[in-house]
Amino acid sequence: MADFEVPELKEYIEVPKYVDGTMAHSAPFIAKPQFQEPLGYPGELVDNWQEKAIEKMGDLKSRYRSFQVFLDACVKCGACTDKCHYYLGTKDPKNMPVARQDLLRKVYRRYYTFAGKYFPKLVGAVDLTKEVLDDWYSYFHQCSQCRRCSVYCPYGIDTAEISMAAREIMDSIGVGQKYCNEIIGKVFTIGNNLGLPQRALVDTLEGLEEETEEDTGVPVKFPLDVKGAEILLVTPSADFFAEPHVDGLIGYAKVFHEAGASWTMSSHASEAGNFGMFLGSYENMRKIALRIREAAIELGVKRIVFGECGHAWRVAYAFLNTLAGPFDFLDPRYPVPQHICEYTYDLIQQGKIKFDKSANDHMTLTFHDSCNVARATRMGDKPGGQFDIPRAVIKAACNNYVDMPNGTIGEATFCCGGGGGLLTDDLMELRVKGAMPRMHALKTVTEEDGVTHMAAICAICKSQFTKVSPYYGFTMDQIVSVHQLVSDAIILSDAPGDDDDSDEE
Amino acid sequence: MSALSVTYAILFYLATAVLVAGLVYKIRQYAITPAPLKIATTPAPVTQTGVVIRMAREVVLFASLFKSNKWIWLFGWMFHVALLLIVLRHFRYFVDTSSVIWFWVPLIQPFGKYAAFAMLAGLGGLWARRILVDRVRYISSPSDHLMLALLVGIGASGAMMKFVSHTDIVMVKNFFTGLLSFNIQTLPNDTPLLIHLALVITLMFIFPVSKLLHAPGVFFCPTRNQIDNPREKRHLSPWAAKLETQGEK
Repeated sequence: MADFEVPELKEYIEVPKYVDGTMAHSAPFIAKPQFQEPLGYPGELVDNWQEKAIEKMGDLKSRYRSFQVFLDACVKCGACTDKCHYYLGTKDPKNMPVARQDLLRKVYRRYYTFAGKYFPKLVGAVDLTKEVLDDWYSYFHQCSQCRRCSVYCPYGIDTAEISMAAREIMDSIGVGQKYCNEIIGKVFTIGNNLGLPQRALVDTLEGLEEETEEDTGVPVKFPLDVKGAEILLVTPSADFFAEPHVDGLIGYAKVFHEAGASWTMSSHASEAGNFGMFLGSYENMRKIALRIREAAIELGVKRIVFGECGHAWRVAYAFLNTLAGPFDFLDPRYPVPQHICEYTYDLIQQGKIKFDKSANDHMTLTFHDSCNVARATRMGDKPGGQFDIPRAVIKAACNNYVDMPNGTIGEATFCCGGGGGLLTDDLMELRVKGAMPRMHALKTVTEEDGVTHMAAICAICKSQFTKVSPYYGFTMDQIVSVHQLVSDAIILSDAPGDDDDSDEE
Repeated sequence: MSALSVTYAILFYLATAVLVAGLVYKIRQYAITPAPLKIATTPAPVTQTGVVIRMAREVVLFASLFKSNKWIWLFGWMFHVALLLIVLRHFRYFVDTSSVIWFWVPLIQPFGKYAAFAMLAGLGGLWARRILVDRVRYISSPSDHLMLALLVGIGASGAMMKFVSHTDIVMVKNFFTGLLSFNIQTLPNDTPLLIHLALVITLMFIFPVSKLLHAPGVFFCPTRNQIDNPREKRHLSPWAAKLETQGEK
């Protein structure tokens, strides 16, 4: 099945003894000049790249307190060394969070600290050579920016911040990653990661309307670019056709329909995901985020709701107000933005939507906490709402629910293995190995509690799991969207045949 | 007054100057460098009081480390608490303990005295991990071992004076209270004491240029000190605000 060894799922997740260089060969395709330039980066490695990289490092540490403090504060205590899913799955010591940071820290020390300038050997400081740059390119593309290490670090050092900085330094000297940079280019020219133009979106959504009406007998609408709608839904473009994502989109539409809400999607901002974050590029992230502001103004909406997507929800929840705010032109009674799970949860609380839970009785579910939702965002007004609200939505729609073991969920959740700009086929080995801890937890509840399906609220998680879980003996249809469960169980009050005024656009 | 006493006095002044200036420089750097984005590791407190509690739990109890690894927590916490007691105990060499505000200095003496063993045990545990656990060995540089050696040296030479070969602590106190008033007094010429003080001076010199910056650093860590309220309150750093006024691109 694979030209690499798929990790064995043992009884417990063992912390492996390290094996040098097992993933040294892993690196994503490098971006060609045409994918670099639209993002404002040089097309290829610049001549004076060492000098430029050191200069960029200095620039970043003067602009990001996190970067400066994290480079200084690490004491090499070892607390993070067994926390990264990529280390657990690959045994490569450079996938231990501290060792990954050190690839950059040792260069920082050499050029920016007293000890590293005068006693480099003593503190492990090195010059920035081509070998070091190659290591950066390889191992900073083996971090999914999931922040699990930051939970366990006594100083809160977040390797994601270091990885983002490293990628930005590399981009600034002309060494970018094809997958992310090509995608960002598509957002700039077309509006979404998949490069679906408005026409294609219209066709797709019309298809979904027909399909949903056939299934339910209810004319559930999937509106696009409707001016004057109350709610703008921004969702990952994978929701438009990938499985099981699209079943989630149908779920959102049914919820809006049942709530009698006036809503729309936008072809200008037809993407929730913001890959600018993966590059650590504030400027590119901002440029992408501003499309959402522009769409909201253009369409004259009052609220913004985000579909199921993990890193997207981080940029939306934690950064959108900073990057593209203030949103004082929206209805102040609602947070900006809201997560679709918050939206659905509120309707459930108010008794405005009802479920026939037996529709999901053929499944026993568990829930994968997406890394960036879990450790970088919140839902609702209480800390931890990001764990409780999606579970409450699932439990409202399903009778059979079991959590995976403690230590693999909530703030301790394991990344799917494909986040942070790594969801590309040129990193398949990494993705399969990085999924090991999550697959292990899923196998545990499969065997002990008869779990049949795992729900997720992230486009990356869903794509990653449908692709890699077969390597571990699962089938791709065992991965479901949370709003797919909602979709299957929601009771549409105007069904069937009862064809009254449910939409007025 | 011997040349030795003068040399130690000068070194203490220099070390204090480097320590204070170095820390002021680094703390200022941390304080003025913007944190352009909200990056609190969640679940995070939603109020300022909550952040103070979170930070206190980190600094006093090492809460995240406890979650992470019980052995590192045990050794690390034991070492730090012992060190704190020992440092507080050493106030008796600098202050007039008959004054009412220093009433606690005599009270903690017995605890501070035996804390030496806890400090050495903690350091020993951390050092053993650095050597025995393959992952920790991999990430260790020579400086990480030397730092432990330095701290063990300070603890061992100090315990030596307390429990084996006493020094004249009245003279030591005169020396340090003298330093405080720029009046250099004679230091006892005892080998354990001179070693102890030389190592402490070394520690003071390297503090602001080493990983010991974790001490001020933890307070400035955005993942721990930010309030989780990005939707409620717009967070904008000065350089990011400039992007907005420079014209929309």
